[in-house]
Amino acid sequence: MKHYQLIVIGGGPAGLAAAIAAWNAGLREVLIIERDQVLGGILNQCIHNGFGLTHFKEELTGPEYAGRFIDQLAQTGVEVKCDTMVLQLTQDRQVICTGPAGYEILHAQSIVLAMGCRERTRGAIQTPGDRPAGIYTAGTAQRYLNIEGYMVGKRVVILGSGDIGLIMARRMTLEGAKVLACVEVMPHSSGLTRNIVQCLHDYDIPLYLSHTVTDIRGHGRLEQLVVSEVDANRKPIPGTEMIFDCDTLLLSVGLLPENELTRMAGIEMDPRTNGAVVFENNETSIPGIFSCGNVLQVHDLVDFVSAEAIRAGEAAATYVLHPGEGSGEVLTVGPGLDVSYTVPQRIRPAQAGAGVEIFFRVRRVTGSAVILVRCGEQVVAKFRREHMAPGEMEHIRVPKALLPQGPAHLEVSIEEAAQ
Amino acid sequence: MKDVAIIGCGVIGAAMAYTLSKYQLDITVLEKHSDVASGTTKANSAIIHAGYDPQPNTLMAKLNVEGNLMAGEIAEKLSVPFRRVGSLVLALSEAELPHIQELYRRGLANGVPGITLLSREETLKKEPNLTDTVCGSLWAPSAGIIDPWEYATAMAETAVVNGVDLRLNTKVESITAQADSFVIHTNRGDVQARYLVSAAGVDAAAVRSMLETPSYQIMPSRGEYYLLDRSEGQVVGSVVFQCPNELGKGVLVSPTVHGNLIVGPNAVPAEGAEDNKVTADGLAFVAAAAKRSVPGLNLGANIRNFAGVRANSDQDAFRIERSERYPHLVDLAGIKSPGLSAAPAIAFYAAKLLLEAGLELVAKEHFVDRREKIRFASLSDEERAALIARDPTYGRVICRCQTITEGEILAALRSPIPPRSINAIKRRTGAGMGRCQGGFCSPRVHELIVRELGIDPLDVCLEDEGSELLVGETKTGGAL
Repeated sequence: MKHYQLIVIGGGPAGLAAAIAAWNAGLREVLIIERDQVLGGILNQCIHNGFGLTHFKEELTGPEYAGRFIDQLAQTGVEVKCDTMVLQLTQDRQVICTGPAGYEILHAQSIVLAMGCRERTRGAIQTPGDRPAGIYTAGTAQRYLNIEGYMVGKRVVILGSGDIGLIMARRMTLEGAKVLACVEVMPHSSGLTRNIVQCLHDYDIPLYLSHTVTDIRGHGRLEQLVVSEVDANRKPIPGTEMIFDCDTLLLSVGLLPENELTRMAGIEMDPRTNGAVVFENNETSIPGIFSCGNVLQVHDLVDFVSAEAIRAGEAAATYVLHPGEGSGEVLTVGPGLDVSYTVPQRIRPAQAGAGVEIFFRVRRVTGSAVILVRCGEQVVAKFRREHMAPGEMEHIRVPKALLPQGPAHLEVSIEEAAQ
Repeated sequence: MKDVAIIGCGVIGAAMAYTLSKYQLDITVLEKHSDVASGTTKANSAIIHAGYDPQPNTLMAKLNVEGNLMAGEIAEKLSVPFRRVGSLVLALSEAELPHIQELYRRGLANGVPGITLLSREETLKKEPNLTDTVCGSLWAPSAGIIDPWEYATAMAETAVVNGVDLRLNTKVESITAQADSFVIHTNRGDVQARYLVSAAGVDAAAVRSMLETPSYQIMPSRGEYYLLDRSEGQVVGSVVFQCPNELGKGVLVSPTVHGNLIVGPNAVPAEGAEDNKVTADGLAFVAAAAKRSVPGLNLGANIRNFAGVRANSDQDAFRIERSERYPHLVDLAGIKSPGLSAAPAIAFYAAKLLLEAGLELVAKEHFVDRREKIRFASLSDEERAALIARDPTYGRVICRCQTITEGEILAALRSPIPPRSINAIKRRTGAGMGRCQGGFCSPRVHELIVRELGIDPLDVCLEDEGSELLVGETKTGGAL
């Protein structure tokens, strides 16, 4: 059985940044296992720009952003196995993987989970109707267009206002398709505001909020969709039906972290994120196993994935090179009013450095508002925002000095700002 | 001139072809779809019923119990996933206890092995996730779960290996009866055969009408289902039925051979084979009914809804008969539930009808009655390592949700009945059946179909012709 100091599972943006950070922190036996034939993950099919504004202070396409990290990786001695999929991860950090080069059982002192996420499907939202061809998740359609070079349809409706769907509305339009509508069941968009503007408004594509697809019609290929308005409980309102003649339905109805291996290893999960429960340094409930990127929480911006992965990679290096430093009191963190989750869910103040970054999403669109971090009745920290929306991940940095001493629970909530 | 023509290659047509391929006969099977097992066979509860349900001393009872036994043998020989997990019929109230007692008596009369009445406690011990209001149950250990389309495909493939001529995309348009034969006119030319077997499912009456007025009507009935993620596959260990009613065997909750949980069906009149949509009302009915058996059912873990159309007739019995006017015509009609369970016994019975009609059944000297299939996911570590060393394509995982390798997909594409569509590959290998529903693997499966079969990427379909996945190249052109 071959041994490594660190095995990174996944060679997308999270895995790349984690491996490079671990190498830079002093690890020398590092392996990335990637199931695709090449590194870069989903960025390879994201040929639009808008990546890197935070991390590189310039605007890059997805492949360019991945390329920067792949170039950096080439300067290190990190080993890479592409075309190789991990089938099993055990809690003592044994990794079983398979590829055309062979079937292997490996062992590592530390693991970084960076498997990314997958798209929710029609089954997940239980859309009724026929089951014709022409129904794709937005990411699958994106692969057909941008990697394979084929058009998946001519008249398109997009269900859900997730970012990939919005990007595909523009992409399909530029390739000559007619995008008839984007339909969102919630009263607000789930994508970034910049994508609503640049991908829908700029192309006069209508966005129907509080609407959903209530019937799919077609034998062979999709022929027709029925779209209905929904009430406050997301139930279709009879009499509001609109009919769209179209050959394609793209689904952009959410992303799910791909945590099959995480669950298999027995790592504690957070039902709110569908990712692992992690400490401030991205360590999971199993010491030496770390999680970062979209497998931990679904991000909007790859720049934040990279930052999170660097933290995980450095923490893995610390775990291997300076064992025994992961102890101390533990605070728990969780969502309060109008907040849907927090990452991390646990903080060891002794490990917190100068402070702790907490990531979360709000449940509703706000105007001027405050983010409150409470410990019991006491407000520990307060942050002001002019605008927040569920489609845009928030983060705050709580200075170490403000963290309570001893075991306690921190709750993150939002309130309208006082006038 | 063919000896026998079989119309339809669902599980009944496939079983018929398999059964007759043991004999020295020249056989053609005509299937209108682009793949076998594309009608009722591809969308049903995937259960091999024990046989306590049909009334005693009926042909249905006999064929169900015989078919159940034969299914085990065939699955073993032809490498079809099949597990005898047993079934429970729940009495959800005191008032339903007489019903399961009646089923128990029928089961004994029908010769169903091992059936027992269980108390409330015994029932809950066997299936702890059932409602604690259950009053008792009927346990039938011989009931099983099967992969229905692989069952049909395995029999069809074995028939082809033994010389049967299978013609896909071949729709029967009319039939002319001649003195000693039938001329079957299809969209792909005529076929002449001395004997004719119709296994046309929902189209049975339409096919029979090409020769004579049938004495039955087909009353298609749609059943809608949930298929839940493998995370829910252990919620029950056996097939859990409720007491049957006039709408059918009631809503069941069952594990599948692929490790998922299947929940359904309802029963609503359908307009025809294509009327297989799922409806919000239908799903709501199924959800409410299933929760009577398993209150904690997590329908949030749904990965796919689907519906199938039962080929029911206006009569309670199977309509398996030799025509009086055309003695060389055998009609296998009205194959309702338990048709899947009875399939090989129906075929054996039909072969006897053909024999009575004068067909000579002389056994072949070299009948191939074996089919091997590699399933990477079910191999041990050592077997996997050895397999990949022999053929590296078994190392490359194409469907990550179900762990289906390139080697398995290539093997399917090189099999006796090569699948040509994305869904046909799904039925052959399981690729695309998992929680991402082909989101990741379908472009790669698409590419393998193109590469292996040499067809244009734009011609690859989801299912039959007309369900093409792509409409053209992008402005910079296709790469496949």
